[in-house]
Amino acid sequence: MLKIKNLHASVEDKTILRGINLEVKAGEVHAIMGPNGSGKSTLASVIAGKEEYEATEGEIIFEGQNIDELAAEERAHKGIFLSFQYPVEIPGVSVTNFMKTAINATRKAKGLDDMPAKEMLKLIREKSELLEIDRKFLSRSLNQGFSGGEKKRNEIFQMAILEPKLAILDETDSGLDIDALRIVANGVNKLKSKDNAVIIITHYQRLLDYIIPDFVHVIHNGKIVKSGGKELAHELEEKGYDWIKEEVNA
Amino acid sequence: MSKYTEDDLREELKTKEYEYGFYTDIESDTFPIGLNEDIVRAISKKKEEPEWMTQWRLEAFKSWKEMIEPEWANVHYHKPDFQAIAYYSAPKAVDPNKTLDDVDPDLLAMYKKLGISVDEQKKMNNVAMDIVVDSVSVATTFKKTLGEKGIIFMSISEAIKEHPELVKKYLGTVVPRKDNFYAALNSAVFSDGSFCYIPKGVRCPMELSTYFRINQAGTGQFERTLLIADEGSYVSYLEGCTAPSRDENQLHAAVVELIALDNAEIKYSTVQNWYPGNAEGKGGVYNFVTKRGLCETNAKISWTQVETGSAVTWKYPSCILKGDNSIGEFYSIAVTNNYQQADTGTKMIHLGKNTKSTIISKGISAGKSQNSYRGLVQINSRADNARNFSQCDSLLMGNDCGAHTFPYIEVKNKSAQIEHEATTSKIGEDQIFYCNQRGIDTEKAIALIVNGFSKDVLNKLPMEFAVEAQKLLEISLEGSVG
Repeated sequence: MLKIKNLHASVEDKTILRGINLEVKAGEVHAIMGPNGSGKSTLASVIAGKEEYEATEGEIIFEGQNIDELAAEERAHKGIFLSFQYPVEIPGVSVTNFMKTAINATRKAKGLDDMPAKEMLKLIREKSELLEIDRKFLSRSLNQGFSGGEKKRNEIFQMAILEPKLAILDETDSGLDIDALRIVANGVNKLKSKDNAVIIITHYQRLLDYIIPDFVHVIHNGKIVKSGGKELAHELEEKGYDWIKEEVNA
Repeated sequence: MSKYTEDDLREELKTKEYEYGFYTDIESDTFPIGLNEDIVRAISKKKEEPEWMTQWRLEAFKSWKEMIEPEWANVHYHKPDFQAIAYYSAPKAVDPNKTLDDVDPDLLAMYKKLGISVDEQKKMNNVAMDIVVDSVSVATTFKKTLGEKGIIFMSISEAIKEHPELVKKYLGTVVPRKDNFYAALNSAVFSDGSFCYIPKGVRCPMELSTYFRINQAGTGQFERTLLIADEGSYVSYLEGCTAPSRDENQLHAAVVELIALDNAEIKYSTVQNWYPGNAEGKGGVYNFVTKRGLCETNAKISWTQVETGSAVTWKYPSCILKGDNSIGEFYSIAVTNNYQQADTGTKMIHLGKNTKSTIISKGISAGKSQNSYRGLVQINSRADNARNFSQCDSLLMGNDCGAHTFPYIEVKNKSAQIEHEATTSKIGEDQIFYCNQRGIDTEKAIALIVNGFSKDVLNKLPMEFAVEAQKLLEISLEGSVG
């Protein structure tokens, strides 16, 4: 589904990614871990197509197509979803209105008519139950005044509605209490199928107790320096990141 | 009686047009340029006005001569040469040979986006109409329904002749002739406009809009509107061309006076979309408008405006809260793009006890434009327990535009409660990326963010107007980012 080859990327002339190689197949869950400032979130932004991030070398192939030239919304239409670490506020735009706009924009890109209101209502009802979201929540302005947990839950709610092929969860566990973490993880697990894939970007092992990864990768200094199975995450939790840094520098 | 077919009606309408002189040579119906007493008299005569009206105009003209153009607004422009303007022109004639093919394709594209019907497009461009029937019959139905309720709704010229007692009693009572430079000019030379009277206790059963639009097609630069809601009555009035009028006139100086008698309520909504000039800041309309309403006891006046057009806007729809317990509201969205300049806001003058006013102003600036909110809240000594709430929000797009807020607060009564909130924000790249990531392109993302920002005011507009206003916001800001 996703193939990243020797990806270098920079922002404002500062090189952050220095040769990332990663392959994610349908049905897989990958965890990307690493210390702060290692380039985890940059990788997420580059895959999603954030403009300020420039891929200087290498390529990103999604479903057999090089997506380097595609705008962020075109990547979204192809089924790439990013759950933001810091979801932005849009005052005056309700969650429902935002989702309606997003759904119909994607449908339009695929040459489909707007989703009938009845169908949309059903979809929103169904998915809000999945994420245990209160109906009142849907009429609030997007992310405005949301608690950390509400913001993250809202991200996964959007993911549930848009049903992406590839979901990248950027530090989704940060700011979540244990109940919210369970709800969010539960939602992700229910949405997982053999046809889609998930990349979990996280600093901690915590979320990985709930969403079990098939692969764990460690990023350091803009490169994947170690890959392994889910046990690697436990090892990191125990020993911290320093031993990896030492291993790399040795 | 023989059957009255649509063809008959069409035939009759054609004749009517002749009757009204729509096909007379336009040249002969336009006055020479310049302004003096003779021109004022000639306008009055042309409109077959009674002598009192002529004198009223002449006095306004006398005052105007002594006045100077205001310069305090935060706008810069070449002052119009008032002696280079023709002050009277007959309504634009329908040119039977003109077709939509002769109209600027850009303009047609914009109409299409706004969802304006072909017939309306034709009407707005002075193209001969072949399906005028519908609109006219609608207008007639309106007139009948209104007539049954005793509501008077006609052009101000007609009203001067048919209801002189009402016009005499109220004209110039809220906006005096000497009020300001443009109001004085308007009083001297106003070409036409609307007159509306809602009798005691009557709730106007429809929003007075469509009719107005038809009625107003082709009126000139100096419109005059007088609206009187008698005791206990209610009316919702929609003003404005909801389609872009690419008007060659450089100056529009309109005056609107509202009178809400005891327990009456007036809702006045405007969508202003005159030609804003091109992307380089050439051309465009100067919109210098005086709008003011007077509230008697327990009366309420609500102004709602969506201002997207004009090169320069100078406009402060205001309320004089004379009666006890009266309420004034001002809800405004002003959008400026490219080189547009807007200096707009309101005045809430609290004279009566327990008077309340609410001001919500949303300014959106893009391109190289300048957008100013200017508002006065005045609590007079007699106005015990007066309350005001003001909220002025500005949204900036890009780095070359400006947003300014000039709130004036004058309080002469200790029991007053005044609140003022102001925010300035910028559409962030993060917001746009967030939308992009959900599949929403940048243009649509901006529209979404702007609509969210303007929601408090858009909600105040009547439903169908709100939809058009939303589209208008999108169009006005097209190409303003990236």
